[in-house]
Amino acid sequence: MARYVANRLAQAMMLLVIVSAIGFAILHLAPGGPLSQFAVSGQMTQEDLARVTRQLGLDRPLPIQYLDWFGRMLKGDWGRSYRDGETVLSVISSHLGATLELMTTATIIAVLLGCWIGISGALRRYSLFDSLATVGAMIALSIPTFWFGLITIYVFSVTLGWLPAGNRETVGDGSFFDLLHHLIAPALVLALVETAMWGRFMRSSMLEVINQDYIRTARAKGMPEWRILTVHALRNALLPMITVAGLQFPTLLGGALVAETVFTWPGMGRLFLDSIGYRDYPVVMGILMFSAIMVLIGSLLADIFYAVVDPRIRVG
Amino acid sequence: MTIATLSTEQPAPGQAAWRRFRRHRLALAGAVIILVLVLGSAFAPYLLPFDDTYIDIMKRFAPPFSGAHILGTDELGRDVLARLMMGGRVSLSIGIVAMVMAMAVGIVVGAFAGFYGGVVGAVLMRLVDAVLCFPTIFLLLALAALTEPGPVTTTVLIAATAWMSVARIVEAQVRSLREREFAVAALAFGSSNLRIMFRELVPNAIAPIVVAATLNVAQAILLESYVSYLGYGIQPPAASWGNMLNNAQIYLTSAPWLAIAPGLAITLAVTSFNFLGDGLRDALDPRMNIP
Repeated sequence: MARYVANRLAQAMMLLVIVSAIGFAILHLAPGGPLSQFAVSGQMTQEDLARVTRQLGLDRPLPIQYLDWFGRMLKGDWGRSYRDGETVLSVISSHLGATLELMTTATIIAVLLGCWIGISGALRRYSLFDSLATVGAMIALSIPTFWFGLITIYVFSVTLGWLPAGNRETVGDGSFFDLLHHLIAPALVLALVETAMWGRFMRSSMLEVINQDYIRTARAKGMPEWRILTVHALRNALLPMITVAGLQFPTLLGGALVAETVFTWPGMGRLFLDSIGYRDYPVVMGILMFSAIMVLIGSLLADIFYAVVDPRIRVG
Repeated sequence: MTIATLSTEQPAPGQAAWRRFRRHRLALAGAVIILVLVLGSAFAPYLLPFDDTYIDIMKRFAPPFSGAHILGTDELGRDVLARLMMGGRVSLSIGIVAMVMAMAVGIVVGAFAGFYGGVVGAVLMRLVDAVLCFPTIFLLLALAALTEPGPVTTTVLIAATAWMSVARIVEAQVRSLREREFAVAALAFGSSNLRIMFRELVPNAIAPIVVAATLNVAQAILLESYVSYLGYGIQPPAASWGNMLNNAQIYLTSAPWLAIAPGLAITLAVTSFNFLGDGLRDALDPRMNIP
């Protein structure tokens, strides 16, 4: 087990190096490089630019600059926002809570609903319910999240007036009920695609398990059906879902960005878009790297957790 | 589609037939819808009495089915149906061209990684893993923010964020195919490595590649709508299904049809490509049957 974890950690570290190299490359891809926003403003002469370039060490060879940048990232020095001079990490952390709240709620909805749909579909394969669920999942995966958000706002906020059209809380209220009221629509919109994904994976995992020999053995020895399903089938079918949780993470983050934009939710995704609008490159790069690192850690944790609950993984 | 009858799973003859029928019917419907959308977009200028960029401020916000404008008009009095069809040209072209580019990159990377294996394969596939760590929309928007927006950049950027899954599929296929007799025979004949890779191995992996390509178009159309909706893709006055929704949120209360029509078009196109891909998967390769 320790060997597996060490191995997996080494892999993740290597990936982090490549991910950071890609991030660094994107930063330097900007026309004019990291100093482009000064050049555009026109308030700096050519000499000023040359001086700043030297001061910031941007005239050094790229590999040296990269190592320097990577070292500072590891130390937690991610630069400062051009907009208000705050450190990038503190800007991100002040918006992270709202995003996590949205993502957690959507995930809980998606896991419960998706697993239920997937399991029911697998147990009654090719039934009307299963067919509808399969087709419904495909359509859900094809609907643009932002459009679904717009339609939700139109129906439940504009026409029916049941839900607020955006924001995390009513200014001056902020009670638990108020927060919940604002959370419903964006969380459901974000959960749509996730539910479809979980449903599809759960269905195929359950189908694979209930065709295994040990299920037939359990039936043959006269075990009651509910016990076969809950104790033998479900426990094994839920295992691969740990990997799905890891795989789903990037999609979930991307979906959160879109849902936050439509519902003016003050989270990391919205911050990302605002920062792009302001050409606030340190924050843009910071969030890009931060989300990639979150994905990396997410898949690492999923793999390790899988190895903990399923000993077969550790050997391979 | 006689190939589908080779399927190894046989629940019951009637049920199996029903299942194939049902699956292929959806794929078939998808193919027909795609054809209609493509033809409608391609011949849009000849089919409609309205120009998609013609501004008629006296007739702004005309609701659908209320006169000459079948789907109504937008905030500048432009015909929504005309914009939808012209936007379809942009959105569908970007979807297909981005797919071709992503396929080219993915196939080359996957073929090299799978054929050579070892250090080359490990480095290439770790690169794939690393790019996959970035949530697609974040990566796409960051890149779009650094470049000049337009149809060409949007297409290239979508391709740049969509080639990885293809590379993974091709790598796995090539790695297993290269041990087979026909590949060994080609090597014994003295064929060059490039020839074996792209003349022998990749053509034998065509089934999963075609499926991936179809699903890739769906993904590319979705991504185009996201970036354009957020304002970093196709720029007005040109229409795309994504940027038509850009302004729709402001007029959601007074003119909801501006939001409904383009969104339906995107959903219809993406669903059709997804169903087509699903049907092709069942028809071409029953072993890859992922329900």
